[in-house]
Amino acid sequence: MSYRIKGNTGEWEVVIGLEVHAQVISKSKLFSGAATAFGADPNHHVSLVDAAMPGMLPVLNKEVVEQGVRTGLGLRAQINMKSVFERKNYFYADLPQGYQISQFLEPIVGEGTITLDLEGGDVREVGVERMHLEQDAGKSVHDQHPTQSYIDLNRSGVALMEIVSKPDLRSPEEAGAYLRKLRSILRYLGTCDGNMDEGSMRADVNVSVRKPGDELGTRTETKNVNSIRYVQQAIEHEAKRQVKILEEGGEIVQETRLFDASNGTTRSMRSKEEAHDYRYFPDPDLLPLVLDPAWVEDIKATIPELPDEKKERFINDFGLSAYDAGILVADREKAMFYEEVAEGRDPKLAANWVMGDFFGALNKSGLSLDASPVSAKQLGGLIGLIKDNTISGRIAKEVFEVMWETSKDADTIVEEKGLKQITDTGPIEAAIDEIMAANPNQVEAFRGGNEKLIGWFVGQTMKATGGKANPGMVNQLLKKKLAG
Amino acid sequence: MSNLNNLTISDALDGMEKGDFSARELTEAHISAMEETRELNAYIVETPEIALEMADASDKKRAAGDAGLMEGIPIAMKDLFCTEGTQTTAASRILDGFVPTYESTVSGNLWNAGAVMLGKSNLDQFAMGSANITSYYGNVINPWQRKDSDAQLTPGGSSGGSAASVAARSAMAATGTDTGGSIRQPAAFSGIVGLKPTYGRCSRWGVVAFASSLDQAGPMTRSVRDAAIMLEAMAGYDAKDSTSVKLDVPSYQKALTGDIRGLKVGIPKEYRMDGTPKEIDEAWEQGIEWLKSAGAEPVEISLPHTKYALPAYYIIAPAECSSNLARYDGVRYGLRVDGESLDDMYERTRGEGFGDEVKRRILIGTYVLSAGYYDAYYNKARRVRTLIANDFKKAYESVDVILTPTAPSPAFGIGEKMDDPIAMYLNDVFTVPASLAGLPGISVPTGLSSEGTPLGLQLLGKAFDEETVLKVAGVVEEAAGFSALPQLMAGGK
Repeated sequence: MSYRIKGNTGEWEVVIGLEVHAQVISKSKLFSGAATAFGADPNHHVSLVDAAMPGMLPVLNKEVVEQGVRTGLGLRAQINMKSVFERKNYFYADLPQGYQISQFLEPIVGEGTITLDLEGGDVREVGVERMHLEQDAGKSVHDQHPTQSYIDLNRSGVALMEIVSKPDLRSPEEAGAYLRKLRSILRYLGTCDGNMDEGSMRADVNVSVRKPGDELGTRTETKNVNSIRYVQQAIEHEAKRQVKILEEGGEIVQETRLFDASNGTTRSMRSKEEAHDYRYFPDPDLLPLVLDPAWVEDIKATIPELPDEKKERFINDFGLSAYDAGILVADREKAMFYEEVAEGRDPKLAANWVMGDFFGALNKSGLSLDASPVSAKQLGGLIGLIKDNTISGRIAKEVFEVMWETSKDADTIVEEKGLKQITDTGPIEAAIDEIMAANPNQVEAFRGGNEKLIGWFVGQTMKATGGKANPGMVNQLLKKKLAG
Repeated sequence: MSNLNNLTISDALDGMEKGDFSARELTEAHISAMEETRELNAYIVETPEIALEMADASDKKRAAGDAGLMEGIPIAMKDLFCTEGTQTTAASRILDGFVPTYESTVSGNLWNAGAVMLGKSNLDQFAMGSANITSYYGNVINPWQRKDSDAQLTPGGSSGGSAASVAARSAMAATGTDTGGSIRQPAAFSGIVGLKPTYGRCSRWGVVAFASSLDQAGPMTRSVRDAAIMLEAMAGYDAKDSTSVKLDVPSYQKALTGDIRGLKVGIPKEYRMDGTPKEIDEAWEQGIEWLKSAGAEPVEISLPHTKYALPAYYIIAPAECSSNLARYDGVRYGLRVDGESLDDMYERTRGEGFGDEVKRRILIGTYVLSAGYYDAYYNKARRVRTLIANDFKKAYESVDVILTPTAPSPAFGIGEKMDDPIAMYLNDVFTVPASLAGLPGISVPTGLSSEGTPLGLQLLGKAFDEETVLKVAGVVEEAAGFSALPQLMAGGK
């Protein structure tokens, strides 16, 4: 069902475009050799260039360009062999040069596509308008002095990718799916860590509303929203606000707005009239960036299998459902873990175990994947024991719990605890005979037509064998014996 | 004045090599001259202690057989080059007291070659001006005076302090920077040689930026040979400047063969402008004759877009400056005038820190880059710039070098042309086209005007062909035999 805002005059469609600022993973900044590491003391990662000392000149960082190209390739986008850095001029205390070096008319990456994975395994293509490289500004700290602000230039000059979507998104859910997918792709590529808490990824949210089928409405832009949930809140709030204004006969003002995370609302920051005239012009300190096609090909060769292809392969080769495959590939590390578990095993069983007990235990313990007490190889071992009938699925759950506690291998635990499945008919038959002898009424009732009682007999037999009896064999023998 | 002050660099190098005098003696003579000619206001900061220390080091290096290209030569450093530990101001109040922690590539190259720093020479504020009358530290006075007049003349600009110090013998040479003529025009006004190399030949790293796509450092000297020596020491590829060019630096002195037989010298007809004083045209004709006598062939050429060069320049240069000077905001270094708010602090700091000409250009530059005016001004100017570059490219298909006057007048008085910025801008009419095209140019003194003040001729070359420029300039210099001395030089006349 399409997402609609219900107003007094009918339903409204929401049109959303996202501009995502993603910090490029690189050792040094876009135009200087200063380090980019997060968490340093204020003003400790600042070169003469970052502080815009007189006479300093920017020198483009090749590593960042490579990351930009890699990202463009990952977004299945046009790589522009010539791009131009321009100056975006405005004054602010944490912008030392008085301009941000960015790309404007000629970005390094053109149109591309992102495939959204929606509820229930549905997919939808969303257009990427462009991606360009630009400098981040520094940080102003306003709360440490009654009348003055402090400036931290550690971020000044750090490379950002601005990835601009087409206005193709239609609901908060789609916006969330877009951000999750984009983040997943960037992490697969290793071009951005996608860590929204540390500000490595933040979004400007463009929202307008219209009656379905109408022309696009006037949009507002809510700046610098730093979590997926906040983006969704901002869209919902903004869409409802706009519908209300329009239904009351008002007009939407094209403006820049701020998101207030404390109450999930947006408020006006500056109107179009107050908007900066950035006076973009090509930066005369930098030559146009011209890429060597052979170099781009070299980068292409290093692009890993991305979530969409991986998902396709999981569906086709492993027989997984689109939904399961989508969950498994969302995170590159988890996908790799799964593949290691599934190596030489039943891939569907492996998927169930990874997504069920394993992710469950991981979530419950609050551990990250690389801190898991059970390795992929060990989990694979457990699945192997199930598949070759050494243990039953039920016993396997017990074994898994012990594995999680002790980090021991599954076969060691099975051995130590004597949990090996009983596949010998003798002991199982003996147990059944005993149960039947002790419960003549139940036997009578079963034989009288209450076939549901088979479950009770299975339970008793399993209990009697400490759960180790092969459930298939128990079923088979019970049916035979009860039939008389 | 000791006769050490009158030497050229090449003579001084010979003298030191022969042991006739030391770098210390040479430097002391120039320190005295610097003190004696203080009334010219050629220096913003004098650094005699540094000079003597560097001179002593030079003497040691020479004694060790380790002398560099400029070993022991005392020079003035235009105060646009950042010098580590020595105040660098761009002649603006906004940088008053600013002491860099780094050394510009070009000044560093010169010190590595053995040059000795006498001080930081005065200039037009942020290199914006053609008369050195916009400096926060006061006007520079030209050592030359008109016959029978003690009216103060301008040395030209923006490298006015550099030109005056070299002409007044208080420096053997000086660095300049040239954006639209800031080396060549003051050289012509002050009777010295000034060379603007090809854009990209000298690193801009550590040079306070005026207009990044035009700024280029170059030598200001008293002979063409000295310019060749000094350029070799200054030039070179610098990985820290993305617009510097990866080319080997030739030994420019080797180009000074004096042999220009068969060389084709372009004479652009568009440079014959209405209103140019007769004696400027006559000096030009004389120059053509000299080159003809030396076996070169004058060829009339056309540079059809010349008349659009000045307006295009006065859009592009201010546009870039409006952005380049945004960093002087009172936040991190230089002047800060506190205010009620951040914007108020900006306004007060920049209002008080920048001079009128700088403000004028920031305003023009901001205007031409504004939404709605961008295409009509900035983009059109950029197109004109391409057309001008193409004019030169086409001309150089048939000629090797181009000869023109350097400036449309000899030095004018301080106070003249002051109330009309446009009249001041016209000073650059012959120098700006080559700046827009990024081409090398040199001004050589050729004689005196009817007023008794110097005149210069300009030679323009192909990109990175400073050698031909220097070779032909050497021939002009030889033919002119310019030996007149200014009135206000060290030791008097």
